[in-house]
Amino acid sequence: MRKVAIVGAGLTKFVRRALETPKELSFEATKTALDSCGLSLDDIDCVAHGSAPDAFDGIHQKGEYLADGCGGWNKPTMRVYVGGATGVHAVVHGWHHVASGMFDICLVVCEEKMSNAMPHAQGFFLTIFDAITERALHPNLLWIFALEMNRYMERYGYTKEDMALAAVNNKRNGLLHPSSQFKDEITVEDVLNSETMAYPVSRLDVSPVSDGAAAVVLAAEPVARRLTDKPVWIEGVGWTLDTAYWATRDLYYPRYLDKAARMAYEMAGIREPDKQINIAEPYDPFDYKALHHMEGLQLSPRGKTVELLRDGHFARDGNLPMCPSGGLLGVGNPIAAAGVMKICELFWQLRGEAGERQVPGDPRLGVAQAWGDLMQVSSVVVTGI
Amino acid sequence: MSKRVAIVGIGCSGFRTTSTDLSYREMIFEAATKCYEDAGGIHPQSIDSFVASSEDFMEGISIADEYVPDQLGAVLKPVQSIAGDSLQGLASALMQIKTGQQSIVATSAFSKVSNLSHYEKVAAYATDPAYIRPLKEHPYFIAGLEMNRYLHESFSTREQCARVVMKNRYNALSNPRAVYGAKVTLEDVTCAEPVSEPLGQFDISGHLDGAIVILLASEEKALEMTANPVWIKGVGWATDTPNLDSRREGLGGALYAKLAADKAYEMANIKSPVNEIDFAEIDDTFSYKELQHLEALQMCGFGEAGKLLEMGCFEPGGDLPVNVSGGSLGAGYLHEANGLQKVMETALQLRGEAGKNQLAGVETGLAFAWRGIPTATGTAVVLSNRL
Amino acid sequence: MSEKIQVSGGTALSEEDIRSGNIFVTEDSLDCAYAWDMGVAIKRYLAELKEGRIIATECRKCKRIMLPPRLFCELCFIPCNSWRYVKDTGTINTFSICHVHWDASRIKEGEDPHLPAVIEIDGASDGMGIMHILGEVEPEKIKIGMKVKAVWKPKAKRTGSITDIKYFKPL
Ligand SMILES: [Zn+2]
Repeated sequence: MRKVAIVGAGLTKFVRRALETPKELSFEATKTALDSCGLSLDDIDCVAHGSAPDAFDGIHQKGEYLADGCGGWNKPTMRVYVGGATGVHAVVHGWHHVASGMFDICLVVCEEKMSNAMPHAQGFFLTIFDAITERALHPNLLWIFALEMNRYMERYGYTKEDMALAAVNNKRNGLLHPSSQFKDEITVEDVLNSETMAYPVSRLDVSPVSDGAAAVVLAAEPVARRLTDKPVWIEGVGWTLDTAYWATRDLYYPRYLDKAARMAYEMAGIREPDKQINIAEPYDPFDYKALHHMEGLQLSPRGKTVELLRDGHFARDGNLPMCPSGGLLGVGNPIAAAGVMKICELFWQLRGEAGERQVPGDPRLGVAQAWGDLMQVSSVVVTGI
Repeated sequence: MSKRVAIVGIGCSGFRTTSTDLSYREMIFEAATKCYEDAGGIHPQSIDSFVASSEDFMEGISIADEYVPDQLGAVLKPVQSIAGDSLQGLASALMQIKTGQQSIVATSAFSKVSNLSHYEKVAAYATDPAYIRPLKEHPYFIAGLEMNRYLHESFSTREQCARVVMKNRYNALSNPRAVYGAKVTLEDVTCAEPVSEPLGQFDISGHLDGAIVILLASEEKALEMTANPVWIKGVGWATDTPNLDSRREGLGGALYAKLAADKAYEMANIKSPVNEIDFAEIDDTFSYKELQHLEALQMCGFGEAGKLLEMGCFEPGGDLPVNVSGGSLGAGYLHEANGLQKVMETALQLRGEAGKNQLAGVETGLAFAWRGIPTATGTAVVLSNRL
Repeated sequence: MSEKIQVSGGTALSEEDIRSGNIFVTEDSLDCAYAWDMGVAIKRYLAELKEGRIIATECRKCKRIMLPPRLFCELCFIPCNSWRYVKDTGTINTFSICHVHWDASRIKEGEDPHLPAVIEIDGASDGMGIMHILGEVEPEKIKIGMKVKAVWKPKAKRTGSITDIKYFKPL
């Protein structure tokens, strides 16, 4: 299999409402990523980009509209989407471009401008539900998360306080991230006292609505070695989509992630992920999801995750730091861009360039994951140096 | 890069202007079942990965990829959606096999455009929200602008465009999967109600519901699975700027088609497309597009397509049969499923299964799809029945 | 952090920036309607709901009795055309007490919260749930595992929709 590395990365700040248009956000991230590895657009063979629903931006065929902002003008440009899992999956999509042997250098760009949707991006999630059998109930996105969170907590006897610990961990990490849209540390009490949105979900259990963009540059082995002395290799990729009949699954365990993770670990030759992996960036749009996903990623035994979290196992200086970037909870959640932000974090962490956020102990192997749709899809990327 | 990939299964369903009896799930299930049977009765659990192509606004579903897996038998399998024409989806499937991680990949797309009240409003939503959309023009004005500029630059004529419609709709008469077959006259087309002059009502392909599933496999698997694999020799795609006013070669040409074809020909090791390609199924969303695309795909020189058409060159019996299936003008317009329709018709010809439309002795065909207005994205695929 | 710039752009705006007119915006909404063909299986499902019954399909191979009904079994990948009536009672698999509307606006003081739940329907295969809402119950008393029963709209008011069941209430 052709070896592919990440050689450059760039982000915009994540903000509640950005001045820049979707194209301009894409441009900023793209330009920063290109500059980070000393490349210009002429060096780029193709663009793999990702963005979640079109409804936020209110633009049909959004990939076409974004193409010039992503550097895709007069190039092979292809947009992928798997809902919230799009960010990490766009990197898988980019990997397909290079690992296939068809291209040597691929730019991966993800953008989301949720503030375009008025009055609130939430309203656009009504249309993710089955048009005939579910939408008539006027569901909102919080319902499904609340239903999943409740089932997860019930199964293992976790409390809301347990879940809040993940929010506190990630938000604290995020304070050090230059893209973060937050400035203040929060406590478990803050989470518990924030208003209930859809029990058991309270406001601070949830990541914010954000605008932002992120980009990475992928290159085939010989090119990557020429561009940098610290290429971060894509060691494994996996992705899985479960049935759309989401109410017929037991929501306590993310079996779709179980499969996606095993696919990526198999490719990476990883037998004991919980021992071999040094950094985890599980997808955390909600605090419980970070823990739920640690279990699906096989990085924590089912039902034992809170215990490990309380013991500091997942802290930045713990055995297996969880979301050292701050994650979606701590940095922000411009959906697809947030997934690429996690990949950027692995890139900087494994190269020892994460500054104040740097995980101690010379990490060698990291995993990033994203999740979405009707709680049914996961994409996983394992990187190593 | 040596890994070769073939089409090993083809299935379709629907291909009607309305399809009220079936949900899109049921329609795709039918196409998938036919495809898997065509590939020797493979169970979808043995398929490694799945790619669908769709756009949310066409379906009225946000994150429409949620609803992909069940009807393809892809539950708990690697599945992804491409927000693009299904030929881009096919290209993604091809890349997946070439990585070596997957051996068998299904690719699918469908159209349920009949469920949509105003396609043109959705198309208008693809134009720039700040400086095109507020003009409140019917989006076909872009086709009118392009057509006028193309005719001006290439010295092609209105009548030549009309002859594309006559040819394709006539060809459609003998294709059971085509619904707009008709014997139309030059006057029928040129005197039809204008939409955005010079573009008239008859220059625009009609909408169609349908689902297509195509199965790809690596060389090793393909040879096990089928006696008549159709090899994907080359594929290329390209996007020009979405801004109408800043396309490098203006609105008269189709640079995206040229760039896509360059890549596909390079990969297929085709030096002289006009000599090495036996027939083509290429985008004819609007009548002038067939001529413009033929030139951009280097099937003839710029400004020559109209004259060659008049000489009968692109008829089923001509030197380079084009859209023998009827194309989009004759068969109907399937939106993001257009690309797979073109691949399907090309592959059926190469297998010798094109029925009354079968061309004799064909070995290499070209399929090309464009994403429609206002985009400047196209994908070209070179297929052959010879390894 | 290394000297390299890793972050650029993303200029934050406030609500005030927009309200004050400092920022230009262009507004538009998509005026387009969709009429989804419901197909064979869901058409029967809705027709039966109108009659006050819940119907499922059974797969002849894996024997799953599936809700919502489908024309094909997505796992065995074969058509299924055995129809089975199931009960209008079930068990709460999970639930939520939701204080915001679908457009993210908060419910008003004194308004009842929404009570969505996944309900495993009796007579369908294990775990076959549908999403619906709960009623005639105090939110604090809802428990996972609770038995519930459908409360139907009066026959004359049913339209062949999932909302022909008003809600599920505790048995
Ligand atoms: Zn079955």
